[in-house]
Amino acid sequence: MNRFAFARARTTSEAAAAAKSLVADAMTASPESVQFSNAIIVKAGGIDLLDLMKEGLLAPKMLVSLRDVPGLDSIVRDQAGGLRIGAMVTLASLAANPLVQQHCGALADAARSSASPQIRNAATLGGNLLQRPRCWYFRAAEYHCLRKGGGHCFAIHGENQHHAIFDNRSCAIVHPSTAATALVALGAKVELAHADGSLRQVLLEAFFIAPDQDLQRENDLKPQEILTAILIPPLPAGARMAHLKLGEKQSFDWPLADVAVVLGLAPDGVCKSASIILGAAAPTPHRAKAAEGALIGKRIDETSARAAGLAAIAEATPLAKNAYKLPLFETLVSRALLKAVA
Amino acid sequence: MAGNETLHTITFPSGITSVGLGEVKRELPAGEPPPLPPNADLAVIGKPIPRQNGRAKVTGETHFTVDINLPGMLHGRILRSPWPHALVRSIDVSAAARMAGVRAVAPLVQPGDHLRYIGAPVAAVAAGSMAAAEEALRLIRIDYQPLPFVVDLERARQPGSPVVFETADAPGGNSSGYPARAGLPLNGNVRGPANDARGDVAQGFAQADVTVEGEYATQVQTHCCLEPHAIVADWRKDGLTVHISTQFTAGVRQELAAAFHLPLSRVRVVVDGMGGGFGSKSSLGNYGHIAVELSRQAQAPVRIALTRSEEQMDAGNRPATWQRLRLGARRDGTLTALSLTSYGTAGVAVGAGVGFIAQTLYDCPNFEAAQYDVFTNAGPGCSMRGPGNTPGAFALEQAIDALAEKLALDPLALRDKIDPSPVRREERRIGAQRIGWARRHPPGTDQGPVKRGLGVAQSLWGANVQINSACEVRVMRDGSVEVLSSVQDIGTGIGTVLAQTVAEVLGLRPDQITIRIGDTDYPSGPPSYGSRTTASITPPARTAAWRVLQTLFDEAALALKVAPDQLIAREGRIVVRSDPGRSLGFAEAAGRLRTDSVSAVASRSDDYGGFRKRMGDAAMAQQDLGGVQFAEVAVDTETGLIRVERIVAVQDCGRPLNPLLIESQVQGGVLMGLSYALFEERILDPATGRMLNPNLEQYKLAGSHEAPPIDVVLLENYQGNSATDAYGVAEPANIATAAAIANAVTNAIGVRIHALPMNPAAVLAALGKIPKKG
Repeated sequence: MNRFAFARARTTSEAAAAAKSLVADAMTASPESVQFSNAIIVKAGGIDLLDLMKEGLLAPKMLVSLRDVPGLDSIVRDQAGGLRIGAMVTLASLAANPLVQQHCGALADAARSSASPQIRNAATLGGNLLQRPRCWYFRAAEYHCLRKGGGHCFAIHGENQHHAIFDNRSCAIVHPSTAATALVALGAKVELAHADGSLRQVLLEAFFIAPDQDLQRENDLKPQEILTAILIPPLPAGARMAHLKLGEKQSFDWPLADVAVVLGLAPDGVCKSASIILGAAAPTPHRAKAAEGALIGKRIDETSARAAGLAAIAEATPLAKNAYKLPLFETLVSRALLKAVA
Repeated sequence: MAGNETLHTITFPSGITSVGLGEVKRELPAGEPPPLPPNADLAVIGKPIPRQNGRAKVTGETHFTVDINLPGMLHGRILRSPWPHALVRSIDVSAAARMAGVRAVAPLVQPGDHLRYIGAPVAAVAAGSMAAAEEALRLIRIDYQPLPFVVDLERARQPGSPVVFETADAPGGNSSGYPARAGLPLNGNVRGPANDARGDVAQGFAQADVTVEGEYATQVQTHCCLEPHAIVADWRKDGLTVHISTQFTAGVRQELAAAFHLPLSRVRVVVDGMGGGFGSKSSLGNYGHIAVELSRQAQAPVRIALTRSEEQMDAGNRPATWQRLRLGARRDGTLTALSLTSYGTAGVAVGAGVGFIAQTLYDCPNFEAAQYDVFTNAGPGCSMRGPGNTPGAFALEQAIDALAEKLALDPLALRDKIDPSPVRREERRIGAQRIGWARRHPPGTDQGPVKRGLGVAQSLWGANVQINSACEVRVMRDGSVEVLSSVQDIGTGIGTVLAQTVAEVLGLRPDQITIRIGDTDYPSGPPSYGSRTTASITPPARTAAWRVLQTLFDEAALALKVAPDQLIAREGRIVVRSDPGRSLGFAEAAGRLRTDSVSAVASRSDDYGGFRKRMGDAAMAQQDLGGVQFAEVAVDTETGLIRVERIVAVQDCGRPLNPLLIESQVQGGVLMGLSYALFEERILDPATGRMLNPNLEQYKLAGSHEAPPIDVVLLENYQGNSATDAYGVAEPANIATAAAIANAVTNAIGVRIHALPMNPAAVLAALGKIPKKG
């Protein structure tokens, strides 16, 4: 790992002003370039950052810590009745928070099922959403892949058992955040603060970027911007939700598949709205539109849940080694729906 | 002194306690202590005593090799091949050698050399800091000519595959190992066959009422020691001292003396804390040679500690195998023929066979095996916990279950018929009761997607002994006691067991015994591999303690005015056997010694019943080690996820000296087997030859959530073979686990999984649930 300077920002704008380079831009630059070695990177929990630096994929000259910036680590009810979650809230406090458990059980479940207790105690929700993908070609310095500015995706014809089954024609990463699966299903927005003092809010679903828009970035974070909060809108009456994650291991493992569902049910149990998001399925959290459509106007039961599971994978384009994910998603969608209404 | 006695016939307890003890007569060699009664009649041996260094380990007090920081110590780093196969055209280390802070540079290849796997050492440097050493590596210029390569076992077997070795360059075999024996032909990348046979297999199959045939495959597993390989080499004019995380201090000393042309008396090897070896720390290793060479050049201590990725790529692994087994049997289960073909790859090394388990576990008059090593451009394999027999058991024990199914026999009933071992028979009986085998039902009977199943598998391993094992026991004039041997505690707690062994003889408590081990300044102990530490070092420890005690008895006898042979040692006193009121405190007796201390060194005598086989410093006892494991699993047939809900492990190790430590070791073996069964796999990218998961994140190890309740039952199996009658358990604890889980999975879902690891993709594929698409 390289030597680097360490600074602590005291305000969001101080941090934003320092954040001239994005992680993605520094990682795309050639290791010999100034862009690579002069990068100043903003650090939240530092979990992903440390991995990238140890592997030599990032060698910033300075890290700017957000730890001392006040007000980024609270979870509050906003005036509209939604939740405002500070970007520096750890996954552990997210999972343990009574407001989150009460209003967004799927999010608490997603946070609790991520990583290991040690990592959840340090990792922040903001960092979790902005972490780089775990594709093993991307993570090894020896592979100059598309996402690092190279000309080739090694996974598409390589070892792609953990890769995408949707939207995988150019770069086959899956989005690594489990929390994102639940947040997109909940219709969450992110709040971004610019160094110039301006704030913008973007729907998280739109904030994430697919490879056909930009091969090197997973999100629309701009230089000199800091992700400050995640905003969850108030949920309609009769909202039901669930999140299910399936990994090979329960201890410290990435999902092979995860699914979040948020349903709006009429008093008679008929489904008025459905949000079904698949994680570890595509380069961004993947909305299973056909499955959502199949549920509207129906009661959630064994039959409709199974039909939705099948619909969720109908358009999948699995690679040579990951077709086993199809039955996983089919099952998880159906089980998550039944769990939500149980 | 008892040293002058002649050989005489003595009666020893014999048999399995839970079956019923008998007696066996043995010729006891001169100078050996009298028979030890069964554990029930002993004060310290056989009792569950916590390990003496446990607290230090969990509080961080233990010093591991990487904690050693000698004055002026340098940091060594190794430059490694980025190519799976390349010719070195040129190497230039001059810029690195000129760099400030660099104290030694060692080119490890020459122009014209072939590099045959990613991670092969190319050059090394020692510098004042780790950062400087890494910087210096970047200044080394090497011109490589990349060559065609192959990393896939199946592809490497095909005609026309890139060739890893020309015959002249290929590693030769060694005297043992399977199929690593010397003199086998090399054809492309395929070396062998190593043939073994008895009877007439063709005739055996002709006599069979039923036959079963199956193909099985196992993956490469890496050792994943929590403590990476590490060494601090300190070359000085008056000799070489090496601190190294090793399973064999005395062996590393021999290697160093030979490699650097030093007399043994000028080489000292030391190890304190060990964080696992599992076979991968059996010898000095290439990094060890490199560290000593750098220290010799720099005339300063040099530390090399491997990173996790170096561990995964170049610190050994369990070879991958492919096996075809064919079994013939009569209607009643009697085996008539067994045929095995295996191809395995240890990368650029040999020794990827599946061992002797198919040949030896069951009664079968007709047997044939043809085993092949296949070279690939991958890091060298080495021994790993039950080498050969662990992948071998995965195939054999599934094939036996498949046969039972075809014969409509219960898997235990079939094994009762064909397994001649009385030890495993008792282990099956106990284990079946513990797991509730009577509950076992046909596959698929459960309602809903989650199906439960029970399975069993057996292990077999040689009861190994190192003859070249010595131990010294000293009693000081103040009554304190020291035990000294170069034997190392690789995590099993052998120090505690030695304290128990000596305390039992001297009538003391184990915490009154000071243990000094892991240092070649002491008498040479055995290696801690091949499940032989306890069997090799506890008998000489008891013998040495017993001999010292006779000296103490001589002194006490004068004070107590009885003959020395009228004395016994118990509860801290030397007591007149016929008149327990007359006694002397242990320290009081020691105070009468003429010198500051009295000591005896004993070495491992042959098993009293004789050995089956002797190979140099090593030998094999007459009776094998057994072990039967039962698994209960729940399989989600919609997600393919296997959950192991319980393991019952019934193991034997002769006389169990410390059940607590043995249980802990068995649990470790089971967890390692479970992890092998379900999760672990070295994944090499076929296009580039690089390991894609050289970490502990994507190389998946079972964690706490995956650890099921593990019920360990230990047999007491007395054979009257040595001063302690104890054998090992490390490898038998690992061999059967994956096969037991696989058989339980088959019982759950009605489909057999033929390849490891049994992850959701494998289970869903076996169930035919993966759509043909993409």
